[in-house]
Amino acid sequence: MAISKEQVTHVADLARLSFTDEELGQFTDQLSQITDMFNELQEVDTKGVEPMTHVVDLVNVLRDDVPAAANPQEREALLKNAPDAEDGYIKVPAILDNEGDDGE
Amino acid sequence: MNFETTIGLEVHVELKTKSKMFSPSANEFGDTPNMNTNVIDWGYPGVLPKVNKGAVDFGMRAALALNATIAQDNHFDRKNYFYPDNPKAYQVTQFEQPIGHDGWVEVHLSNGTTKKIGIEELHLEEDAGKNTHTGQYSYVDLNRQGTPLIEIVSKPDMTTPEEAYEYMETLRQVIQFTGVSDVKMEEGSLRVDANISLRPIGQKEYGVKTELKNINSFTYLRKGLEYEEKRQAQILLSGGQIRQETRGFNENTGETVLQRIKEGSDDYRYFPEPDIPPLQISDKWIDEVRASIPEMPHERRKRYINDFGLTENDAQVLTSTLEMANFFEETVKQGADAKLVSNWLQGEVSAYMNAQKLDLQETKLTPENLATMINLITDGTISSKIAKKVFKETITNGTEPKQWVEDKGMVQLSDPAKLLPMITEVLDNNGQSIDDFKNGKDRAIGFLVGQIMKQTHGQANPKVVNQLLISELKKR
Repeated sequence: MAISKEQVTHVADLARLSFTDEELGQFTDQLSQITDMFNELQEVDTKGVEPMTHVVDLVNVLRDDVPAAANPQEREALLKNAPDAEDGYIKVPAILDNEGDDGE
Repeated sequence: MNFETTIGLEVHVELKTKSKMFSPSANEFGDTPNMNTNVIDWGYPGVLPKVNKGAVDFGMRAALALNATIAQDNHFDRKNYFYPDNPKAYQVTQFEQPIGHDGWVEVHLSNGTTKKIGIEELHLEEDAGKNTHTGQYSYVDLNRQGTPLIEIVSKPDMTTPEEAYEYMETLRQVIQFTGVSDVKMEEGSLRVDANISLRPIGQKEYGVKTELKNINSFTYLRKGLEYEEKRQAQILLSGGQIRQETRGFNENTGETVLQRIKEGSDDYRYFPEPDIPPLQISDKWIDEVRASIPEMPHERRKRYINDFGLTENDAQVLTSTLEMANFFEETVKQGADAKLVSNWLQGEVSAYMNAQKLDLQETKLTPENLATMINLITDGTISSKIAKKVFKETITNGTEPKQWVEDKGMVQLSDPAKLLPMITEVLDNNGQSIDDFKNGKDRAIGFLVGQIMKQTHGQANPKVVNQLLISELKKR
């Protein structure tokens, strides 16, 4: 088995997902099959081939630094679509300080 | 046992572009919450983020000003984490290939030496939104979400808290002069995290490090590192072990406090950002950005010393902020003497800024008014005593000095025709002083000048009064 049940549990935890034991077993099998397939690809000789990060042949898709005007209707719609909002803020259950990451 | 300290700093700098890193929303916060956001900032499925060329220009400009090499083949990566300040659940950053690497800055230390501190890498990324916590709920404002950032990672080259402090000062100066950021810690456009570890002198491997986070000023950074140095040394000397953890700095006690214990390394599952094609930077683009870098602090200092005859120390103080340096040059351009402008800026102006807790541009002082005032002093129109009043008026209310001095009748009395009758009167009334003067007591002159100043409410020109007095005394 290329992947252990512990690894699947770990990845599920990171993604904030929880599974029953039965599901875990099923995903462990499936994920193992997928990684096995990728291992097969590893056999291809890639000597002299540049690593690539994208499959599309695009580079430098850039935008000039010009700000769009604020759009109150879009803001309204976005807030309305949030699970909860108050005074223009998105309202979420209290987050303890220093828990998790602050995006840096 | 003696220890050697190793410090490395991670600095985040917000770039002051007009729009965000990957979306055209305005790069402004403090506005109505969530006003400057769109579907991209909220991480809606199917949106197409696009790189802001201005942010790349700014990032490159900072990297080049910090002597870094620009990577020509770039791509962005996703750093995955869950936190409500970023609804995408990932931050777009550069993990594998930072835009700049192997830079350095030279810092000046208090013992008169300089030291080169290496910069490992600089990468472009996006900022997260802002949370406000109240009781049961947290409130999220995404106006800051997507603000372009550069993260600057130093090499672990610093061995004292002072070096870390000076590194931050130099970094702040250089970046401010490039014009890509306001680099204000109190406003969050400059943030620093510090890693610090100790090892016995002579040991090759670094010791276990702790990380200092959420530091609010350079002074707290230095104090926090000094505390951490002592704390770690004590633990090690008593046979203990340092725990890898995140600590904060308590400004009231001057101590560092445990915030979070790090167990293993964070698992961010980085992978190349599929929505953003690679970024290739040509030599031509690099040259263009290089040409756009304004004059740097060290270049200005050289010019101030050579062209204006200022001391190294004067030049250092004047280039400590971009606005001070610009203000200085503008005032000199208005025709005031450079050395006097330098003295005023470092003296009265700085004292006023400190007392009022204001930045230079927040005061009402203009280079024109400062130049006018200095010239009023040098041409003898006002005394230096009166100048203090004029200064206070012009820096507080923005008043034009020349007109004000005339309106208030503060012009210095230098006309001998007006001064002579007063001098005659004072001499007539102070026979003792005349005798004293004849007996070689020079102090008598001081007393007599004082009398004239009293009569004229400080407006008499002391130099002229002095000269007239001596010649009148000799006649008696």
